[in-house]
Amino acid sequence: MIATGSWRQRPFKPYNFSALGLPPACGHLHPLLKVRSQLRQIFLEMGFTEMPTDNFVESSFWNFDALFQPQQHPARDQHDTFFLQDPAEAPELPPGYTAKVKKVHAQGGYGSQGYKYEWRLEEARRNLLRTHTTSASARALYRLAHQEKFTPVKYFSIDRVFRNESLDATHLAEFHQVEGVVADRGLTLGHLMGTLRQFFTKLGITQLRFKPAYNPYTEPSMEVFSYHKGLKKWVEVGNSGVFRPELLLPMGLPENVSVIAWGLSLERPTMIKYGINNIRELVGHRVNLQMVYDSPLCRLDA
Amino acid sequence: MPTVSVKRDLLFQALGRTYTDEEFNDLCFEFGLELDEITSEKDIIIKEKGEEKAKGASDIILYKIDVPANRYDLLCLEGLVRGLQVFKERINVPRYEKIIPAQGEGQRLIITEETVQVRPHAVAAVLRNITFTKERYDSFIDLQEKLHQNICRRRALVAIGTHDLDTISGPFTFTAKAPSEIKFKPLNQSKEYTASQIMDLYRTDSHLRHYLHLIENKPLYPVIYDSNGVVLSMPPIINGDHTKINVNTRNVFIECTGTDITKAKIVLDIIVTMFSEYCEKPFSVEAVEVVYPNGKTHIYPELAYRKEKVKPELINKKIGISETPSSLAKLLTRMCLKSHVIGNGNNIEIEIPPTRADIIHACDIVEDAAIAYGYNNIQMTIPKTYTIANQLPLNKLTELLRLDLAAAGFTEALTFALCSQEDIADKLGMDISATKAVRIANPKTAEFQVARTTLLPGLLKTIAANRKMPLPLKLFEISDIVVKDPNTDVGAKNYRHFCAVYYNKSPGFEIIHGLLDRVMQLLEVPPNEQNGYAIKATEGSAFFPGRCAEIFAKGQSIGKLGVLHPDVITKFELTMPCSALEINIEPFV
Repeated sequence: MIATGSWRQRPFKPYNFSALGLPPACGHLHPLLKVRSQLRQIFLEMGFTEMPTDNFVESSFWNFDALFQPQQHPARDQHDTFFLQDPAEAPELPPGYTAKVKKVHAQGGYGSQGYKYEWRLEEARRNLLRTHTTSASARALYRLAHQEKFTPVKYFSIDRVFRNESLDATHLAEFHQVEGVVADRGLTLGHLMGTLRQFFTKLGITQLRFKPAYNPYTEPSMEVFSYHKGLKKWVEVGNSGVFRPELLLPMGLPENVSVIAWGLSLERPTMIKYGINNIRELVGHRVNLQMVYDSPLCRLDA
Repeated sequence: MPTVSVKRDLLFQALGRTYTDEEFNDLCFEFGLELDEITSEKDIIIKEKGEEKAKGASDIILYKIDVPANRYDLLCLEGLVRGLQVFKERINVPRYEKIIPAQGEGQRLIITEETVQVRPHAVAAVLRNITFTKERYDSFIDLQEKLHQNICRRRALVAIGTHDLDTISGPFTFTAKAPSEIKFKPLNQSKEYTASQIMDLYRTDSHLRHYLHLIENKPLYPVIYDSNGVVLSMPPIINGDHTKINVNTRNVFIECTGTDITKAKIVLDIIVTMFSEYCEKPFSVEAVEVVYPNGKTHIYPELAYRKEKVKPELINKKIGISETPSSLAKLLTRMCLKSHVIGNGNNIEIEIPPTRADIIHACDIVEDAAIAYGYNNIQMTIPKTYTIANQLPLNKLTELLRLDLAAAGFTEALTFALCSQEDIADKLGMDISATKAVRIANPKTAEFQVARTTLLPGLLKTIAANRKMPLPLKLFEISDIVVKDPNTDVGAKNYRHFCAVYYNKSPGFEIIHGLLDRVMQLLEVPPNEQNGYAIKATEGSAFFPGRCAEIFAKGQSIGKLGVLHPDVITKFELTMPCSALEINIEPFV
């Protein structure tokens, strides 16, 4: 028609411009993993290096003991943690370091009173599915301490963690943890808050407030709250703190090095971003693929 | 995090002023507490049992306050009020005093050798001339329960018994006996039972049945007698009815038995520091002499005050503030850590009271100074730490591949790393022993029996949940699987897998094959056997005979592709043919 020019004489039916077009045949990325990409991007913009987190199976030692979490701590209960039947025990713990961890728990040291209890090696060897990626941060800090010379670092990770919890609209047995760690000489609580402000601003969260909190492995500890305009109240968006000396010094890090860290779940900001109320509609095989097909770009600061 | 429930009006009365809910919420926030819920007994009953049952229930307003797990001194109204009043500088922190009775006049608790095998530690104290009211008494009972659930680890580490001292006469003996030899009337029961009968009695008790396992299989059960053979308690299960305390009790004998002496001492210190407030001489506690099997003696409660010295510049440096030494000492004093400046301002001496067992290092003192200063008053600064960012190569590759797989028309799924044994074995026509799967010891349901060894079941379950979606369904996932590996330090290892499925009216092997070719093209691996990739016919239990190939690249087998076996399709509750591909992408990093 174009070649012959016959279109010049033909009448054409008018288009219905109020109808939608034909959707293109295409693949789609999962919304939670789109948010993961953006968070990786934020950390990279802030100069943070990604830590290896490629072991879902972890020993109690790295998951708890190395983090100065006592062996009778409730988190180490069957009710909260998935322990392994096979392989039930970690074949290998770092020998010299393990002895130092034992001592700081049982007797103290490095200026600490310790917890004064009988620390058991068998308990530390028990394998589990990691309950937080902080176990991977502990491994990264241990490697840092064994470098020839200490160099300041900024680390991050985003990966799966596991909890033997009752499942409901906001809790699954596995979720993704986002974690940032800075190790340098002379870091302060003010630095932690400044870093958190930078990070959350990039996430589109600007109104922050900090609440004193308790974590076994950080002191001082602070929960991060942000004002939720929809709910008209302050909601917790993350947890943070300064790693305890009882955790850093047995690793062999220099005494004047402070390590600040924070963590949050990947699912929560994603649910807020995409307006999803039930976590089961976001993660797992039961999700509606239409939700995946229809999910918009992830622009966190917009 | 423990939650303490207190009557609002009683709390405000003790605080000497009223607050709006918002004001009180702000005060909690500043101090590190959380006003979790504002409710009433009536509301709670309505919520749990319905409107009908709530008739006549009290509608006095209750505040439910979340307390940090290490602050045992804030687990009751008395402690909360004391902490907040000192924080607001309305009162001075009290000094707890141990009164040691004259020789031969005090109480003694004798521990016999038999306890060693079951519950070796015991500590005790007396609250003399105490005045309870209904509210104080309820709080006293409630604190014990809070301690039992938290620091006492559901009575496994420590169990508390409180007794009316005027109903018994010392010295007391803490021993262990065969269950058949122990006989007494348990608390609130009408007749005597032997220890074995008591265990049967409480087997269905909603509260006590959780503690039976702590001694059940021991040959001897722990028991405390007075000098006339009256049973005070059979820890950690139940007290005797004879020594029951009530609102009118004037003298309370408190014993804490356990398997952890440090925690037993802390628990005793907390109870007596909290409730000695109501003694005739407030904040004074009568000591008890504990005699060990080896004849040695020790006086409890410890009520130990410890002195620490911390340099003001350390506190300032750790927080990022610049306060004077005397101002820092004042901040710490507001946190019940009585402090003053010593050595010409070079040092601060801090007294750690027996209520603050959570203070074990200078960093704990720094935190308290920061809380009193106000977290939200600290100047935010950006650290000067200069670093160059790096991505983890495996994650970088994953990110790049995901984008191009979506561009190739496949949709990304996100499935669970945990699943049932059936998902990764039976349903794929395999025996579980052939999977090298990591097995979970304490799954609450079958969905969490193992860590996945393959991504395929997750994708097939995703399709099963989306059978109403228009065909074809083209899905992929790049994520980790886990297998046992005795050569790693934990005995297991993750591998990053890429899996894709095509589900349609015809199997579409060529489509999955084409996707493999596209992925290899993206990875710059040419289709040849020498230095590229190749697929070779093989058999696999999950695949239709003659429709399965093994994928070789970089000189190794990296996975399989093919048309799924009809049995597999059926077992995943699917009805159409499906082809699939799964490879390990780690060789391409």
